[in-house]
Amino acid sequence: MTATTNDLTAPTAATTAATATTSADDRRLTHLDALEAEAILVIREMAGELERPALLFSGGKDSVVMLHLATKAFWPAPIPFPVLHVDTGHNFPEVLAYRDETVERLGLRLVVASVQDYIDDGRLRERADGTRNPLQTLPLLDAINDNRFDGVFGGGRRDEEKARAKERIVSLRDEFGQWDPKNQRPELWNLFNPRHRPGEHVRVFPISNWTEVDIWRYIEREDIPLAPLYYAHEREVFHRDGMWLAVGPYSQPRDDEPVETRLVRYRTVGDMSCTGAVESPARTNADIVLEVAASTLTERGATRADDRISEAAMEDRKKEGYF
Amino acid sequence: MAGPTQTTAPALDPAAVAGAARGTLLRLATAGSVDDGKSTLVGRLLHDTKSVLSDQLAAVERVSRDRGLTAADLALLTDGLRAEREQGITIDVAYRYFATANRSFVLADCPGHVQYTRNTVTGSSTADVVVLLVDARKGVLEQTRRHLAVTALLRVPHVVVAVNKIDLVDFSQEVYERVNAEVQAVARDLGLEDAIAIPVSALDGDNIAERSERTPWYTGPSLLELLEALPPSDDPANESFRLPVQLVIRPQGAARDDAYRDYRGYAGQVASGVVRVGDEVVALPSGRRTTVVGIDLGERTLDEAFAPQSVTLRLADEIDISRGDVIASASDAPEPTQDIKAVVCWLGDAPLRPGQRLLLKHGSRTVQTAVRSLDGALDLDDLHTVPSEALSLNDIGLVTLRLAGPVPVENYSVSRRGGSFLLIDAHDGRTVAAGMVGATLPSSAPAPTRPEGDEEWDI
Ligand SMILES: Nc1nc2c(ncn2[C@@H]2O[C@H](COP(=O)(O)OP(=O)(O)OP(=O)(O)O)[C@@H](O)[C@H]2O)c(=O)[nH]1
Ligand SMILES: [Mg+2]
Repeated sequence: MTATTNDLTAPTAATTAATATTSADDRRLTHLDALEAEAILVIREMAGELERPALLFSGGKDSVVMLHLATKAFWPAPIPFPVLHVDTGHNFPEVLAYRDETVERLGLRLVVASVQDYIDDGRLRERADGTRNPLQTLPLLDAINDNRFDGVFGGGRRDEEKARAKERIVSLRDEFGQWDPKNQRPELWNLFNPRHRPGEHVRVFPISNWTEVDIWRYIEREDIPLAPLYYAHEREVFHRDGMWLAVGPYSQPRDDEPVETRLVRYRTVGDMSCTGAVESPARTNADIVLEVAASTLTERGATRADDRISEAAMEDRKKEGYF
Repeated sequence: MAGPTQTTAPALDPAAVAGAARGTLLRLATAGSVDDGKSTLVGRLLHDTKSVLSDQLAAVERVSRDRGLTAADLALLTDGLRAEREQGITIDVAYRYFATANRSFVLADCPGHVQYTRNTVTGSSTADVVVLLVDARKGVLEQTRRHLAVTALLRVPHVVVAVNKIDLVDFSQEVYERVNAEVQAVARDLGLEDAIAIPVSALDGDNIAERSERTPWYTGPSLLELLEALPPSDDPANESFRLPVQLVIRPQGAARDDAYRDYRGYAGQVASGVVRVGDEVVALPSGRRTTVVGIDLGERTLDEAFAPQSVTLRLADEIDISRGDVIASASDAPEPTQDIKAVVCWLGDAPLRPGQRLLLKHGSRTVQTAVRSLDGALDLDDLHTVPSEALSLNDIGLVTLRLAGPVPVENYSVSRRGGSFLLIDAHDGRTVAAGMVGATLPSSAPAPTRPEGDEEWDI
């Protein structure tokens, strides 16, 4: 099994993966298979209930897993909805290339909402700290309105962050795209209800119950190709806020931040200006499973500067309509 | 077929990835009155199993210090919303995850406050085990009774009673036994027979991950030991096969491969039981019979599928089956009906009244329904059914519904999946009730077993 394949057009080897034992006395799904079954249930149910859903696809590992699950959910038919990417303009070029190749390989329709366009025409202003994560909300909500999407699949996971830990799998957004964490709809059994009034929409999180280790075990098992920067590689980096930031067009070292070449990989791939790399020798999926299982830091704690600003940074962004 | 562990590199250290993919999954929800210590207990369980990462713990310690606390308030590991932290209560369910060598766990920390009961119902509807907390100083409170009633109605397979704050009653065996007897009496009235009790201090960790020396008179397992040993969910082989059809998959010209141009499959999750290639099945509500000729899971072809796998069935005949139908084993299929009696937990802000029209969602089918009659409501003080004109938010009542079309519902006591439904407000889309087909409420007043200090028993 080649974990670090750079052949991004290779078909996934879903056929080689086993799911469950089928002996009569042991019909129990493993944890990973139960998570897969739940995610496919949710994706299919929303495809049945909603009129115009879309799937948020950034090229990051969680959205890749979600897309892989959607492929299984509708096989051998194609995924019956477009994918939407909110492009901050600060993306890693490897991730954009991976995004485009994946869209091509799966025959998807890609809708791009561009933060750069909003900045260029004055609808958004660059922030003092230069990060663009919080700027994604407006282009996202406009894309939802303009395309009349009534539901958007997101790759958010409850283990990522404490506000996300509170989110329903199917979560209502009001006509302003806002989340009201104090008044969420009950979500009972495996019965999902995305009905809403005109102008409202739902966010759907099929992999809510997956942890970071689950994601990697699944990527390993299904041999899902990923953008190469998830695997150990040498990169010019500098140290800031306890993280390794890549030297690049959107992140330049200050005078007191010496540039070094280190063996690193990314645990998350967000805005280049605020997403840090971790030092790691992990070159294969199996290495990463072990590394993540033994990690003492959450993926956001290790790699995201923007979440360190305040205790409730994520909750505040989500209330406004962020992913 | 090779198992997942065989396809991975041999370097995997089983201890390092403890339970993460192999163990069975246990879903736990907390219950109990406000401030009885639910969030503290979940935080303690995470902490003592080393499931809290250092940046999370540091954040909780920082907030605790800012508030002048001397130790980390572990409830902050789940009480993550700004409003929850301001008020020191839980408002909505937080989901947390951890794994031991044998098992992986989903913890749903639910609120205790009566205003947020719908969130507690949300958390326990999918639970394999409910851990009901009771403050050893206070004993059974109204919310304790309401949550026990909900747990019993939802038929959560296991109930554990954690008699908490045992440190505040000097680790007294006598207090523990008194409180436990009180809880067990209520549980029995509600038909819960095997609630296991443990004396704990969520705050200090006594009997949570490890047995405590401060309760030498208690010889049972710690909470974690108990959770690890709970028997897993029912064997699907003992259930009848049901699959609610979510989608009909017919790629035609859009097929990802020309070989699948004529593919036609019925996609859904096996809600219960087992299905094999060659099995005779019936489509409901039409009643047409056919045979399973193929089972697909993505590109893989299976010989059999069982609950809760999400699969696609291919059938021998091109019969009319669409989204919302149920494919069931031909030998013991349920009878579709338009009239049902059910118990509902009312979760709507406006009351439920007889005559009201709503939508009902069962499996993947949504139909219109009218409330024929309201046949009683549960009185939480003495746990029996009383006549009622309307159900208010958080009430539990018995209703008769008329459906706009036949639906193959089952008795909830036979099948949690086949007997559960939602009631939905057609106007704004809100979910207003959790329904359980064929469930009943305690009809007569139970024998008086209440501790002194409570109001007069009325028969
Ligand atoms: N002494 C002592 N205090 C405890 C114990 N467990 C919880 N507490 C305290 O009781 C208070 C309430 O605890 P929480 O865990 O927030 O209670 P809860 O049941 O989650 O409350 P809600 O979610 O709002 O219903 C806090 O001040 C805890 O520190 C215990 O075992 N001993
Ligand atoms: Mg709480």
